[in-house]
Amino acid sequence: MTETSHTNSLFNVSDKTKNRNAAERRFRIYGILAISIGLLMLLVLASTIILRGTSAFQQTFITLDVDLLESKLDKKGNRNVDDIKKVSTFGYSPILLNAMKKVLEKHEIRTSLKKKALGGIISKSAPSQIRDFVLEDVNRIGQTVEFKFLVNGWIDGYIKGRYSRESVANSKFASAEQFDLIDQLLEVGVVEKKFNFDFIFGADASDQRPEAAGIGVAMVGSFYLMLVVLVLSLPLGVAASIYLEEFAKQNIFTDVIEVTISNLAAVPSIVFGILGLAVFINYMHLPQSTPIVGGLVLTLMTLPTIIISTRASLKSVPPSIRDAALGLGASKMQTVFHHVLPLAAPGILTGTIIGMAQALGESAPLLLIGMIGYVATNMPTTISEGLLSPNSAMPAQIYEWAKRADPAFIERAWGGIIILLIFLLTMNTMAVILRRRFERRW
Amino acid sequence: MALNGVFYSLMILAFLAFFVSRFLTLKTVKGDIRRLHSRPVYYGLNSLFLTGFPAVILLIFWSFAQSILIDEKVKQQIPENFITEDAPLNLIMSEVDRLSEGLKQLVDQGTLSAAKIKNEDSELFGIEDKLESAGVFLSSSISPEVLSASRAKFAMEAFGSSIRNWLAILVSVLGFLWSLKNSTAEFRARNHVERITLFLLGTAATLAIFTSLGIVLSMIFEALRFFGMHPWTDFFFGSTWAPSFSAGSELSILPLLWGTLYISFVALLVSVPIGLYSAIYLSEYASKPIRAIAKPLLEILAGIPTIVYGLFALTTFGPLLRYFFGDGGFLGVEWMSDSRSVITAGVVMGMMLIPFVSSLSDDIINAVPQSLRDGSYGLGATQSETVRKVILPAALPGIIGAILLAASRAIGETMIVVLGAGAVAKFAGNPLEALTTITTRIVSQLTGDLEFDSPETLVAFALGLTLFTITLGLNVLALYIVRKYREQYE
Repeated sequence: MTETSHTNSLFNVSDKTKNRNAAERRFRIYGILAISIGLLMLLVLASTIILRGTSAFQQTFITLDVDLLESKLDKKGNRNVDDIKKVSTFGYSPILLNAMKKVLEKHEIRTSLKKKALGGIISKSAPSQIRDFVLEDVNRIGQTVEFKFLVNGWIDGYIKGRYSRESVANSKFASAEQFDLIDQLLEVGVVEKKFNFDFIFGADASDQRPEAAGIGVAMVGSFYLMLVVLVLSLPLGVAASIYLEEFAKQNIFTDVIEVTISNLAAVPSIVFGILGLAVFINYMHLPQSTPIVGGLVLTLMTLPTIIISTRASLKSVPPSIRDAALGLGASKMQTVFHHVLPLAAPGILTGTIIGMAQALGESAPLLLIGMIGYVATNMPTTISEGLLSPNSAMPAQIYEWAKRADPAFIERAWGGIIILLIFLLTMNTMAVILRRRFERRW
Repeated sequence: MALNGVFYSLMILAFLAFFVSRFLTLKTVKGDIRRLHSRPVYYGLNSLFLTGFPAVILLIFWSFAQSILIDEKVKQQIPENFITEDAPLNLIMSEVDRLSEGLKQLVDQGTLSAAKIKNEDSELFGIEDKLESAGVFLSSSISPEVLSASRAKFAMEAFGSSIRNWLAILVSVLGFLWSLKNSTAEFRARNHVERITLFLLGTAATLAIFTSLGIVLSMIFEALRFFGMHPWTDFFFGSTWAPSFSAGSELSILPLLWGTLYISFVALLVSVPIGLYSAIYLSEYASKPIRAIAKPLLEILAGIPTIVYGLFALTTFGPLLRYFFGDGGFLGVEWMSDSRSVITAGVVMGMMLIPFVSSLSDDIINAVPQSLRDGSYGLGATQSETVRKVILPAALPGIIGAILLAASRAIGETMIVVLGAGAVAKFAGNPLEALTTITTRIVSQLTGDLEFDSPETLVAFALGLTLFTITLGLNVLALYIVRKYREQYE
């Protein structure tokens, strides 16, 4: 008897209690482990984005003094624009090569590179850059002008550490000799790495010229998408919610609407893309790949989000406000529009911003309505052109880059993601601030 | 006058009406507002609504009806023998559309007079050059049949549009006059305005129904066309997915469904334990500050666009797996030939789903009444025993609901699988092999140049409909379970 009471004493822990305590500790560790894994995943994702994306904002440029030779560009010498236009970008390549050779002579750099490999250091967009410059004002022919050209994507990749001399040993796009030359040019400052504004504001470029590709036009496309979404879904969503929350009587009809809306929110986004393709493009013949169609599809997706959050914020306005207004002789409609709606506005705005942020990051439906496979090069100049001419959107552009073979495009895809996430972060922060500042607790 | 020209003039008219009738009403009472039935703004609004809305509605309906009617007429005008295998009716019609648009452009630019197009006896010489210089490109040279059809279309459109425009303005003016008649002190303007507003609000709410009806109907309609061309038994019970554009494709959903479910299963395998344990820890153990930091951080994972996860799978996680399991890799095994695989897509998708599971489970665990916990502690149970034997069983239905919601998300997910899962449609068990899913196939069947009359394209609608049904079913079930569970403790 004394023996048992001794073993069960509070001071003397029994085996069973030890096991139970161990189980408790284990359980707690599992929990910590789960959260750490979750946060670790976030960390890995964030660091991947930053490590792989930031280099897209830097680009290697080469500075060359180009002689705009009359003998090459204007053989007749009469400065006739139409004649000069006949010289294709191909005709500008020799000028570029001359400029390159001049720089090498000036800095007394010797190289064994052949003509083609030497010219290959500079981006394929360089000749058209000179051509545009000349066509802007034909009297520039004969002058010597300093140009900043993009360096070919492979060379740029070497400077950013994507390629090494070993990895291009069998490549037909770049060679170790080119890299040697670049090292020398870097030393004398002809070639330098700088911040690349064209990536943020520029247009997409073809497969061959990753160094010239930018996300600017797709950004404008996304802007127009968001414009359509905002203009359509905010008034419609708010009107629908006011009706459902304040006026509709509870009957089968409103029940059906309610169930439909909550289920619409869970329909996979790609299904909306199929709908857009079938209804807007196939039946209504709206132009393919345009922001207006994309905006309509995204509106359908955003509408449930806005309706749900608007109803929640209308519901949170206490009945006493309504009773007070009605008691002072306001009509039902006046009560809603003069008192309830203004009080619910911050909540509605928050929900709208969150819905728009979702729509901005959405890509699956855009694939189906043709916003990929399309090289977005033209910046729209008017609003109707922005809505009705084919364009890309940021997520679609990122997908497009991810599919291309050249690793330089992958870098740009990650860079594009950084820009996209900055937009999303700003929108979500705005939503949080709105909620914190204006949310009232009744 | 173009459509938006009429629209703008209607808007200006409506705003004018607002100020005029507000002014007139005030004048009838000599500025003594107390003698009005409603506040002055309501008289103005009443006028604005009456002037604007009927005309705009007429404009919209007329435009739709007109385009359908004219299309029918033009179709009849094209001679039967002109329609061949190479040039089916819809191709001819789109050519006619483009040409009549081009004619419109020429008229706008002033290079061609509208009267000349409408006059059937006059010849249009050099029309092709003119069109080309105006920037309208036609696929082939213009045949006389197409040209006459487009001229007829142009004429009918011009005629219909001018009637429409004048009618709309007439309706608008009539509405305005009608509202002026009512600009008197006794008129119950507010009641009228409120009735119209209520009607507008109701219309907005009904639109939600129409959208979902539109989704379902358009998919059912196209899917039925597919089943008209392709046996439904092959679609539901066949075993091969092999679309070939030279006919004789085998289009069965089963291999795709297998890939979808397999990848979703892997995703749930990752997200459910992590999400559930996180939820338990956050709601039962974590201190307030830790909870305030960890919960929003985890939820960021749900806010990241899926294209980011897709790119992560394609360029980071896939190659990493291949580094371990691929040919000549770290482990010296050859289990993986491509960086796209079930695991690649599944694990990355699991990352995305963690917050879905954890947030919902967290809410549900918090909803378990404190009295149950207190009772368990009072009987001497440890915290973990309370969680495992009391809270989890009580919260189980809700947690199952949360998992079902996550599963429905996984099945409908597109970007991650498009970039990370590959394109092989078969019943493979090796998780390191590439498999394809329903959503990936929808994307690949519906991108590029499309003709909406081959089973290879239309199968996407049948796939979409199946996907819609599955996710909707899972969702309804999940919401039902969660709601049932909430009622239990209320």
